[in-house]
Amino acid sequence: MSPPLLQLDNLSVSYRTRRGAVPAVVGVSLDLAKGESVGLVGESGCGKSTIAFAIMRWLAGRGEIVGGRVLFDGRDMAEMSRAELRQVRGKRVAMVFQEAMSALNPCLTIGSQLTEVLRFHEDIVGPAATKRSLDMLSEVRIPDPERVFRAYPHEISGGQQQRVVIAMALLANPALLLLDEPTTGLDVTVEASVVKLIADISRRFGTSLLYISHNLALISRVCERIAVMYAGEIVEAGPVRQILDHPVHPYTRGLISCLPEAGADKIARPLMPIPGQIPAPWERAPGCFFQPRCTYAVAGLCDSAHPPLVDLGTGSSVRCIRAGEIEGEPIIAVPGQQLAAADGVAVAVERLSKDYTLTPPGLRGLLPFAEPLRIKANDGLTFEAETGRTLAIVGESGCGKSTFARILTGLERATGGSVEVGGTNLARLSVIDRSREQLRSLQMVFQNPDETLNPSYRVGKQIARVAKRLLTLGRKDRATRVRELFAEIRLPAGIADRKPRHLSGGQKQRIAIARAFVGRPDIVIADEPVSALDVSVRAAVTQLLMEIQRTHGTTLILISHDLALVRYVADTVVVMYLGQVMEAGTTTQVFSAPHHPYTEALLAAQPRLDGNQEPVAPVEGETPSPLEPPVGCPFHTRCPRKVGTICETTRPPEQVTAEGHRMACHIPMAELARVQEKVLA
Amino acid sequence: MTDTTGMRNPTFWSLLAESPILVAGASILAFWLLVAIFAPFIAPFGPNENLVPMALPGDRTPGGRTMWLGADHLGRDVLSRIIYGGRTVLTYAPLATLCAYTVGVTLGLVAGYKGKWVDELLSRFADLVLAFPVIVLYIVIIQKFGASGVNILIAVTLASSPGIMRLVRGVVLDLRTRAYVSAAQMRGESTLYILFVEILPNARGPLIVDACLRLGYVTITIGTLGFLGLGLPPPTPDWGGMINESRHFALVFPHMAIFPCIAVSSLVLAFNLIADGLRELSLAD
Repeated sequence: MSPPLLQLDNLSVSYRTRRGAVPAVVGVSLDLAKGESVGLVGESGCGKSTIAFAIMRWLAGRGEIVGGRVLFDGRDMAEMSRAELRQVRGKRVAMVFQEAMSALNPCLTIGSQLTEVLRFHEDIVGPAATKRSLDMLSEVRIPDPERVFRAYPHEISGGQQQRVVIAMALLANPALLLLDEPTTGLDVTVEASVVKLIADISRRFGTSLLYISHNLALISRVCERIAVMYAGEIVEAGPVRQILDHPVHPYTRGLISCLPEAGADKIARPLMPIPGQIPAPWERAPGCFFQPRCTYAVAGLCDSAHPPLVDLGTGSSVRCIRAGEIEGEPIIAVPGQQLAAADGVAVAVERLSKDYTLTPPGLRGLLPFAEPLRIKANDGLTFEAETGRTLAIVGESGCGKSTFARILTGLERATGGSVEVGGTNLARLSVIDRSREQLRSLQMVFQNPDETLNPSYRVGKQIARVAKRLLTLGRKDRATRVRELFAEIRLPAGIADRKPRHLSGGQKQRIAIARAFVGRPDIVIADEPVSALDVSVRAAVTQLLMEIQRTHGTTLILISHDLALVRYVADTVVVMYLGQVMEAGTTTQVFSAPHHPYTEALLAAQPRLDGNQEPVAPVEGETPSPLEPPVGCPFHTRCPRKVGTICETTRPPEQVTAEGHRMACHIPMAELARVQEKVLA
Repeated sequence: MTDTTGMRNPTFWSLLAESPILVAGASILAFWLLVAIFAPFIAPFGPNENLVPMALPGDRTPGGRTMWLGADHLGRDVLSRIIYGGRTVLTYAPLATLCAYTVGVTLGLVAGYKGKWVDELLSRFADLVLAFPVIVLYIVIIQKFGASGVNILIAVTLASSPGIMRLVRGVVLDLRTRAYVSAAQMRGESTLYILFVEILPNARGPLIVDACLRLGYVTITIGTLGFLGLGLPPPTPDWGGMINESRHFALVFPHMAIFPCIAVSSLVLAFNLIADGLRELSLAD
């Protein structure tokens, strides 16, 4: 057997900080053969990106390899001179970062950045370099390579930027490609096509991959082997199927069981969050690092000695003393509660529209009377949210779902149509004109945990302020209400005295939920409430939100792009695309055939853990600019089921079944059901 | 690593230790503050005491006491005048900066938060003032209303607040889109509350750095006004005024000009060092 291409031998990396040396990676050993692809999974702060930077020997001044070696092609990277390193970086080992926009130089054209790689590493210049670059752009399936070659980074979309970065990394034909969360921040359909591209390319070029991600499902589509990291060390490693189908380490099991399973609903199988959060390097527990959060931990055993990584003989190895005993134990699931039946409509949206006007870009905008540009963010939305139940609004970025949230909450005013809540039309009632009762009854949970709380004040004080404004409580009652809420979101009351920067993302989001529920609102709208959180925390926060909703009988409007989550949480679903409703119905209706072709594409793009490992790209291309929305059906530019010119000219009619399942498509629903069942069968 | 739970809060002193520039700036400022506060105890003579005209540094008075930095054309001790002059500048520079900030911050908050025509109006007015040569502006104001402490404050406020307004407006444009501002609107807070309680405290980072820099500029401005004879009325010890009075004698008796110049420069330097240090610290985290 030939020596591995990359060998991490007991690698340890520490960062120098005000607190002293902080160990980020502890004794990691990992081999990567030529042409092999290995996934590195773990939550944020587990040291996975540090490994990538350590391989490149690029630790930004503060980091230091304090033990072990990185062998590339049998040579110790630490012994290479600067000149040698420069040759290895980019030429033999290339890296793709998380944010494509910051990896590209905004001042240079894509073309000049691509040809620079060839000039530096391969000494190819002139027309030859241009040709190689254009070929590579077509390899990464960029539709119009000549245009992109001349474009600046800001002139192409996020998905295309990431493709360009991948093209740039592949230009020098490297032996190893490091990918650090390459699709985070992209829309699901775009993510699916980028992942497929990565898998294809590693196969065709024989490039080895080290794929770093927090998304287990995504990694399983690309990699042959997986290493699960926790608190700076590998806790379980082995072949993909072995790990996914027979996980042994309690952390790996936790990561898998906290994902909403495709097809499961919230009553049959509740999410199983991993309690607690990943410890900071200076707070790691004695013995096994995972032991404080582990449901299988045994006092006196797990907290005494640090477990070694043991080979199980199945091709995988695991770092758990109790591996042999717990292996067969099933993952315990507590059944959820039945939902109350809906009584009436809480929010009735009818033909709601919102147009934004923009000043045209460039010099034209300076002219007086220049024709303003119009964006239809919401274009005739019609749907209802039932009292005490959950309505999910699904769609990719730019579909207008957040605009709807802003109209409902009064932060924006609609340009047409109505939103009726409790007999009042709120569509054009701005937040400053709403009565205290109207404000109290409708609250919101925001997306970004870092922006949702005011960084200047203690969180308890922020919640008390809401109680003062919305419930007009006195000082004493406010304190009681804050204590009640902290009990409800299951945070120790001591947290109330902390400022947001001393809280983790999950804790901040819990506080945000508490803030929304202070006034016992009738309706809560949650805009991607968990998408910025780590997977294990996501489950816990979702569970909490559902539980509070259930106890108070609140109507929940959940905005999300995560179909697995929506299927799990929602009772009714609305699918939006470019400001229009494509499909609406109960969760069962929307998630079983017939689907609208767009819903079908979203479903196919969803990464899943089960057998089907072949990466799929359900639709090519990206959402068109809302500045120039397609005429006819908005989805026709990407629709794989387009029937003909009628899709390009006529807006599709709305079809409604007797059960209330609605969709806007030129293909009859019966026909859709027939073709889609064939595919799924 | 986003989790900072259990992290020690860095103390004031450990922060100082991390930025030598900040320490240097703070030391110089502390020196001048102490000098100004204890002026009557430190100064060897009164600021307006007539001793020996044009005495050179190190000369003695008839009473046998040394005038370390010499005396000016009216026989006043330069060292003592610098010491008392510190009081003038360290009173008026912070006061003027404070006034400019009060006006600039308020207008900036309103312009950034309200946007639309309010922003348009305020920003264009700010452009107008900023486009006007500052020195001419000072001369016009003070010639018209006369040289006095209050008029200096008014002049500095008028000239500096548009810049502050611009800075605050920019920060607010970013901060007003934060979810906590939306949350405040959704519980029916007044605009005033949102501006001063929700937004302003989070803009403090860039504002503190800018305030230190601006203190430096205002120090120079007060010096300039003094030099142009637009500062405080004559017998008051004032660094700019001292440099002005030395004009005719500077070639022969440079000590009259050099020492007040060093005083002004060192104080401006102190403010700039502090601003740099604070910026360095804010970037480090």
